[in-house]
Amino acid sequence: MAEMPHAPVLRYDLRAIAQQIAAEKTDSEVLDIGCGNGALMAALESTGCAMVRGIEIDADLVAQCVGQGLSVVQGDANSDLVDYPDDSFDFVVLSQTLQTTNRPDLVVEQLLRVGRKAFVSFPNFAHWRTRAALLFKGRMPMTRTLPVSWYETPNIHHVTVEDFRALVAEKGARIEQRWFFSDGEVISTAGANWRAEIALFEITR
Amino acid sequence: MDSSLSSNLFALPDALPLDSGGVLDSAQIAYETYGTLAPDKSNAILICHALTGDQFVASPHPLTGKPGWWERMVGPGKPVDTDRFCVICANVIGSCMGSTGPKSDAPDGLPYAMRFPVITVRDMVRGSIALLEGLGIDRLHAVIGGSMGGMQALSLAANWPDRAERVLVIASTARHSAQNIAFHEVGRQAIMADPAWAGGDYYALDGNGPEAGLSVARMAAHITYLSEAGLTEKFGRRLQDRTAKSFGFDADFQVESYLRYQGSGFTQRFDANSYLYITRAMDYFDIAEEHGGKLADAFAGTSARFCLVSFDTDWLYPTSESRHIVHALNATRAKVSFVELSASAGHDAFLLPHEQLDRVVEGFLNG
Repeated sequence: MAEMPHAPVLRYDLRAIAQQIAAEKTDSEVLDIGCGNGALMAALESTGCAMVRGIEIDADLVAQCVGQGLSVVQGDANSDLVDYPDDSFDFVVLSQTLQTTNRPDLVVEQLLRVGRKAFVSFPNFAHWRTRAALLFKGRMPMTRTLPVSWYETPNIHHVTVEDFRALVAEKGARIEQRWFFSDGEVISTAGANWRAEIALFEITR
Repeated sequence: MDSSLSSNLFALPDALPLDSGGVLDSAQIAYETYGTLAPDKSNAILICHALTGDQFVASPHPLTGKPGWWERMVGPGKPVDTDRFCVICANVIGSCMGSTGPKSDAPDGLPYAMRFPVITVRDMVRGSIALLEGLGIDRLHAVIGGSMGGMQALSLAANWPDRAERVLVIASTARHSAQNIAFHEVGRQAIMADPAWAGGDYYALDGNGPEAGLSVARMAAHITYLSEAGLTEKFGRRLQDRTAKSFGFDADFQVESYLRYQGSGFTQRFDANSYLYITRAMDYFDIAEEHGGKLADAFAGTSARFCLVSFDTDWLYPTSESRHIVHALNATRAKVSFVELSASAGHDAFLLPHEQLDRVVEGFLNG
């Protein structure tokens, strides 16, 4: 595991991504789509990535990132990835954003085109708590990972571990690695579609 | 000339070559500095001014007595911190605040007037580069500009890529659009239609030159600096110092009175011929055209960090123009940041208080 001096505590899926990138290629070039306050970008820069870029839709967060010296462009994952040339990056990262996009399938296509490899994490809608809420209460689930009611949630395309696997296969892409999380901890892959709150995949063409 | 302006004057050691193919002989540049240049000259920031701006970015204007045009941004402890940085701001070639322009004397001792060569934004920057060389500054910590100042910053980055480590472009564009050119043409025609313009040779005549024409030009331009919502918010349909419409052509409405005030105030401090020349330079501005038609090629291989800022109500240089630049920079894999800030004021927002803008400027300069 790479040393990350001065890095703030990263959310667990971002930490796994940072570790994997550091392990695979030290001087890599990374695009973080939906980079938020730039926590992953800052961590990647401190571990020796050659080039780290971000896209973020919220002007306040972009201002925060620029204030830290990060290179972040205000933009929208739905529309702006088409402007990047093929193979612009070693890695592109889309963390907990896929389910908010208008056409997740097209976004995944763009990820695979712009980056040689892509990390995608999302809340797993087939987690047992979500299933239980729907089965027993008959209501759209509100859980730890999906805390917002159906009418105002930004998560407009719920997706499960199996759905994502199918999408990757449909696109002719390959899954290189996967991590599953529950309660912020990595769990085994067994029964992941039931047990994982958050899933993280590393995919490639 | 203009010794009352009391700016520093730099006499260009060589003739300034121009994009038109001509040269400008024995030109001088008036400039101001704020803060102290470090012994290794690594802390210099060049701020480029807009169309009707000047070198008095953070000190009172000598003619109007008004505070510097960006005093809220530049000064000790401000986002552009003059306790840390040495800020240089130069009056552009073609202007009228001490740098050589149409009202300056030509070698024959008479004002250039319309004999002044047509210049471009790149020519202005060429003048600034000569000044930096004169000051012994090889590399800027940053070049910063809003509006036409942003065009200069982009031109510097494209044509002198090793001169600036950071390039901050606010409310600007990489090319003048048909609409931009159209508004400028209205202004120029207003000036030239004023009989007092006299073909540009008004300096020796009685009176104050084409004040009416210049005033109308400013009024038309000023509308483009504001948003419709901003105008409505500020003036609405409210009447000026009266309770009923006059059924005449006085400035019944507050907005009319405001524009007239802006127009006449402007004529006190600006030369009409300079207005013609500088608007022409802006209309000719198209960085892609200078670089074989492809904007990305203008920035190929740049190592500078870029930051672009637009405002959502700016219809003069709208967000789409900044995005166009960002795409080009992305294509060259340059380090670029971009943010569209929300403001009601329109294009003028870059000169007004804006907390997020302060944060972006300060952060970008320190990052």
